[in-house]
Amino acid sequence: MLTKRIIPCLDVKNGKVVKGVQFDNHEDVGEITDLAYKYSKDNADELVFYDISASTKNEVVETAWVKKVADKINIPFCVAGGIKNIRVAEAILNLGADKISINTPAIENPKLITELAKEFGSQCVVVGIDSYFKNQQYNVYSKTGDPTTRTKSNKLTYSWIKEVQDRGAGEIVLNCMNQDGVRNGYDIKQLLDARRIARVPLIASGGAGNMDHFYDVFKSCNVDGALAASVFHKNEVEIEALKNNLFNRGIRVRT
Amino acid sequence: MIGVVDYGGANHTSVVNAVDNLGFDYFISDNKKSLDDAEKIILPGVGAAPNVMQQLQNKGLDSYLKLSEKPILGICIGMQIMYETSSEGNTDGLSIFDGKVKKFKPRTDQPVPHMGWNEVRFDKTYSDLNGYYYFANSYYADVSEQTTAISSYGDKFSAMTSIKNFTGVQFHPEKSGSLGYEFLQRFLSS
Repeated sequence: MLTKRIIPCLDVKNGKVVKGVQFDNHEDVGEITDLAYKYSKDNADELVFYDISASTKNEVVETAWVKKVADKINIPFCVAGGIKNIRVAEAILNLGADKISINTPAIENPKLITELAKEFGSQCVVVGIDSYFKNQQYNVYSKTGDPTTRTKSNKLTYSWIKEVQDRGAGEIVLNCMNQDGVRNGYDIKQLLDARRIARVPLIASGGAGNMDHFYDVFKSCNVDGALAASVFHKNEVEIEALKNNLFNRGIRVRT
Repeated sequence: MIGVVDYGGANHTSVVNAVDNLGFDYFISDNKKSLDDAEKIILPGVGAAPNVMQQLQNKGLDSYLKLSEKPILGICIGMQIMYETSSEGNTDGLSIFDGKVKKFKPRTDQPVPHMGWNEVRFDKTYSDLNGYYYFANSYYADVSEQTTAISSYGDKFSAMTSIKNFTGVQFHPEKSGSLGYEFLQRFLSS
């Protein structure tokens, strides 16, 4: 049986791994390759690197580190941030990334999803969705890497999930912004509704603060993976211990 | 020397990194004469069936590979094109393995692509390497008499298929951590 994935997310800004509270006030947490290597040794199933500086500043993701990561680890990894066209995606994949993830460029140009899927296969194309709950609605936000550029798009979260999978996305990372960085647990209600729609792998993001939160999101929402950053970077949850904990409670994970 | 087949513009970095990290000499080529110098050949696991077959045909590598007596390892799409046909773009394959490659039916409780780490059980040569390997596939082949490892996603499917000098694996050994490296090491040094 396919196992549930534990995915540390490394937010990259100016070549360093950072993490802030609800996307703001970023603080440095370490070197990219050191952390990547550490997590792969700790039995992480996959890594995601978000270059949060690239998407908001109209810059292309700075790619030198992608090759360094590919040389250093032998588990899959995904690169996100500033990937606006096929050419940039191809460069990143050729450096050894397994997937590319698009967020703001998908909102601005939904056809890009289809073009990427056609060129590289759906299994390479992840769409990240930043979703914020306000006035009884889940809305998709763009340019969320920087609080000064964060913009509410014209898309509603659930219809956007349907659209991106119809356009050929091979995976969806649903980041529940109300939860991000506050560590009160994943947004079970939103992820459960998303799961009822998603026929592609669905990855939960935003809100992990302890091991129970991972258990809850797998048990309640049947997501395919759970993504988290600060709990891992600050050594509050160790991946190996987490996977043993989940395994002992009946969640199928690779131990 | 390990020859890694170039399908044209596709990403071989991961498999080349793995071969290199394991200490084997390698070269990347789409040329029959060069591939003659290889002791073993790898068909890497990137691309879509129609494009990959088109590239192989353009270079005359389809018949070359089929007639080759060297050990050949096909990874993911490299395995799928060794079958008779693939429903991906209704593509004719190399007909090295019997059977057809078809698509998983997407469901919310069984999403497609089949992506992540799944359990692989080998029948003999590799049975001490049973465990979890990384997959990223929307297409698969049924278990057959040529199946040498099984995995399951809803139903069982062929995780490894072997006949004579040909081996195909649906998983990505180059992305499957230390177990995947052990698998590659054994194939490349056997």
